[in-house]
Amino acid sequence: MSTSSVVDADIGLELIPTQASAYASQVDNLYFVLLALSGLLILVLVGLIVGFGFRYSSKRSGERGKAVPEKLGQRIEIGFALILAVSFLGLFVWAGWLYLNLYGETESDFTINVIGKQWMWKAQHPDGTREINTLHIPVDQTVKLRLTSQDVIHSFSLPALRLKRDAVPGMYTEAHFRATEPGEYRLFCAEYCGTEHARMRGKLVVLSQADYQGWLGRQGKGPSPEVAGQDLFRSYGCSGCHQGDASVRAPTLDGVFGRTRPLASGEMIEADEAYLRNSILQPQKHVVAGYEPVMPSYKGQISEDEIFQIIAYIKSLPAGAWKQSTGAGQ
Amino acid sequence: MTAEVHKHYLSGGWSLHSWLLTTDHKRICWLYLVSITGFFFLGGIAALLIRLELMTPPGDFLTAEGYNETFSLHGIVMVWFFLIPSIPATLGNFLMPMMVGARDLAFPRLNLLSWYIYTLGGIFTIVMVIGGGVDTGWTFYTPYSSLFSSSAVIAAVAGVFIVGFSSILTGINFIVTTHTMRAPGMHWLRLPLFVWANYATSLILVLATPVLSVTLLLIAAERLLGIGIFDPSLGGDPLLFQHLFWFYSHPAVYIMILPAMGVVSELITCFSKNRIFGYKGMVLAIMAISLFGFVVWGHHMFTSGQSLYAGILFSFFSFLVAVPSAVKTLNWTATLYRGRITFTAPMIYGLSFLGLFAIGGLTGIFLAALALDVHLHDTYFITAHFHYIMVGGAVTAYLGGLHFWWPKMTGRLYSELWSKIAALALFIGFNLTFFPQFLLGYSGMPRRYHEYPEAFQLLHVMSSLGSVVLAIGYLLPLVYFTWSLFRGAPAGANPWQAEGLEWRTASPPPKHNFVSIPRVTEGPYAYR
Ligand code: HEC
Ligand SMILES: [Cu+2]
Ligand SMILES: [Cu+2]
Repeated sequence: MSTSSVVDADIGLELIPTQASAYASQVDNLYFVLLALSGLLILVLVGLIVGFGFRYSSKRSGERGKAVPEKLGQRIEIGFALILAVSFLGLFVWAGWLYLNLYGETESDFTINVIGKQWMWKAQHPDGTREINTLHIPVDQTVKLRLTSQDVIHSFSLPALRLKRDAVPGMYTEAHFRATEPGEYRLFCAEYCGTEHARMRGKLVVLSQADYQGWLGRQGKGPSPEVAGQDLFRSYGCSGCHQGDASVRAPTLDGVFGRTRPLASGEMIEADEAYLRNSILQPQKHVVAGYEPVMPSYKGQISEDEIFQIIAYIKSLPAGAWKQSTGAGQ
Repeated sequence: MTAEVHKHYLSGGWSLHSWLLTTDHKRICWLYLVSITGFFFLGGIAALLIRLELMTPPGDFLTAEGYNETFSLHGIVMVWFFLIPSIPATLGNFLMPMMVGARDLAFPRLNLLSWYIYTLGGIFTIVMVIGGGVDTGWTFYTPYSSLFSSSAVIAAVAGVFIVGFSSILTGINFIVTTHTMRAPGMHWLRLPLFVWANYATSLILVLATPVLSVTLLLIAAERLLGIGIFDPSLGGDPLLFQHLFWFYSHPAVYIMILPAMGVVSELITCFSKNRIFGYKGMVLAIMAISLFGFVVWGHHMFTSGQSLYAGILFSFFSFLVAVPSAVKTLNWTATLYRGRITFTAPMIYGLSFLGLFAIGGLTGIFLAALALDVHLHDTYFITAHFHYIMVGGAVTAYLGGLHFWWPKMTGRLYSELWSKIAALALFIGFNLTFFPQFLLGYSGMPRRYHEYPEAFQLLHVMSSLGSVVLAIGYLLPLVYFTWSLFRGAPAGANPWQAEGLEWRTASPPPKHNFVSIPRVTEGPYAYR
């Protein structure tokens, strides 16, 4: 059992958490509208129950009057159903639109890779800075999170941003946000993930741009992910097949990112991050047309962090980069 | 004739043999009542342990492992062994034949077999869960359950799998009984809504349970044989498990709530001495709910990485499924209009159901709304929401039903005053326990947390204190029902002046329910 102490953001009970982004306030608006609507309906319901309870109490004598005729009753039912359905339609569109804003494709200023693992969050910044259970972010930048997990499903939850995204082993999920309020906020793992699930929490720290640069500068700077990836590419022996005059025929990887790949199965597939990841862990899944399925699987040998770095390296290669340079991998 | 009436279903003797080998649906109801009550209090003790741990922010009362095992036990017992069988297996068993005017269910021996499967399977599962330290929660999410958790998971899953057959058998029994054993004159549109609700529930049980069974088998296959189905490192897909699991478990929510809706329809009509408002609308709503219940499972997966467009579709259907439930609430309320209302204990339960179910349903709208669900998913808001539906709704209705039909089942009355106190304790205790959890959820508190940031303590303490009141509301009936069993005043055939075939025979009913099979000449709820 780990005894690491958990560092919570120093904030009190906020029934409406601080709105750290414009998106957060948009979600809250939806919340307030729903609260008002439900409050009204509950009031009407309780009012009717109490009112009828008094007015038609069996203790009171006197005429009750006739029951509602069936035709009128049906009209009331249908009318009520229609009014609800229409207002639901509005809520559905509103909430769906926000949802697409959160998870859908958007231009972002930079990407942070997040890896969940029992029981910690690891984050990689674009310049290679890494941190655990804390995420530092500059204000007023659109940040894309790319998440995965090394073991079971976790969920990256940032209540101040009204953002939550599952980190699922074997796949990349995405979400983005643009923080507008510097400060410290809560970070939780929201998907139950085993013994120390409740300790898989930490802090989101939103800094001004200058502070963020300062913070980055103070971190023990490792190599950038591209450089680290290039080293891994050599040490894992990828370059042996993919580069130079290897005896095995393997596709060159410079400029492969973003291209549409023809597969041996006849399908076409876009070479995005998930595709590159699959190529490393499950090479047999998508075999490139015209090549033998000889690439070994690196499952169990390579960590999710390293895969992110190799992907960063491959992404950084423009088409023809390898032809111009002579020596392999230089 | 009088001698005939005195030979009721309980006068057949109290020998073990007369209970354990009975095929009388009314006695099987009692067998279920005993097992279910046992499971309920076991699950309840787990709940109290959870609330006790959450009184303070650090994990001090239970270890992390112990806490996870406790909430898993609570969920597994309450969902699989209490809520799903509760109303159908007890009240449904007793009343389905009587309400349609039959002498027993279509397959009495199958009915007894269901009880054995259920009880033995339940005990086996619980022994495995407690003994083996199962800590997966009732949801058994992969790959945690299939690769990372303790190995007793297989045994627990096998237990749930076995108990599934009991559900299927009960479902088949109810369906066939409703189709073939109705008394002369009892056409479909004269069936009480309780029958309709249990009929619809049975359809869901029969259609959805096999999917759960297959899913559980697949977990076992992955764990035992290492076949990659859900675990990505074996080439499987973890989201596939969630799809299959919720394909059963969302409809399972309706398995829990539909019978409760049936009970409440009987309570509210009887104690406002009024016809149900919009009978046909109610039947339609029941069927619509059970149908739409099958196409909303993905609303449990909005943050999971399923396709965004699938999420949008599931959100749409989830809004849609709320409409028939809302119409039902309208109709129950309108049934009070121009009635002659008495506030008996069953009625207080019935009206509590209305309020709690409405809050549960309305907060369901919050969760159908995609972007809001992303914020609220896996927080205490969810916990509060589904407890409002399942405890505030289903359990309240179950207790209301027990109070309503108790005189019929036992031939005896119980204390009016204490039963009203219990009903009020439940309503107040329930709200105290679960309302703060909505607030916790919006402020970000995740569920299934053994320890938490200090800021959340106030609301957690409120919730824990409320659970004490709630516990009193559950324990009181145990006391005065037991008392009533031995000392209660004789109830007479129809103490509530209720309509419905079950009230037209003695209390307790004769062995074969009716001295002569009744003829039905009008629709249900022919009050005034
Ligand atoms: C034994 C030789 C060999 C080694 C070692 C090897 N590969 Fe491959 N790789 C291949 C072959 C052959 C293919 C084409 C057939 C296929 O898709 O499986 C391929 C395909 C790929 C592709 C898909 C390329 C495209 O054109 O779409 C990627 C990406 C890739 N490899 C990355 C790597 C990485 C990263 C490593 C090291 C971790 C590596 N490979 C190691 C032989 C190899
Ligand atoms: Cu986690
Ligand atoms: Cu659901």
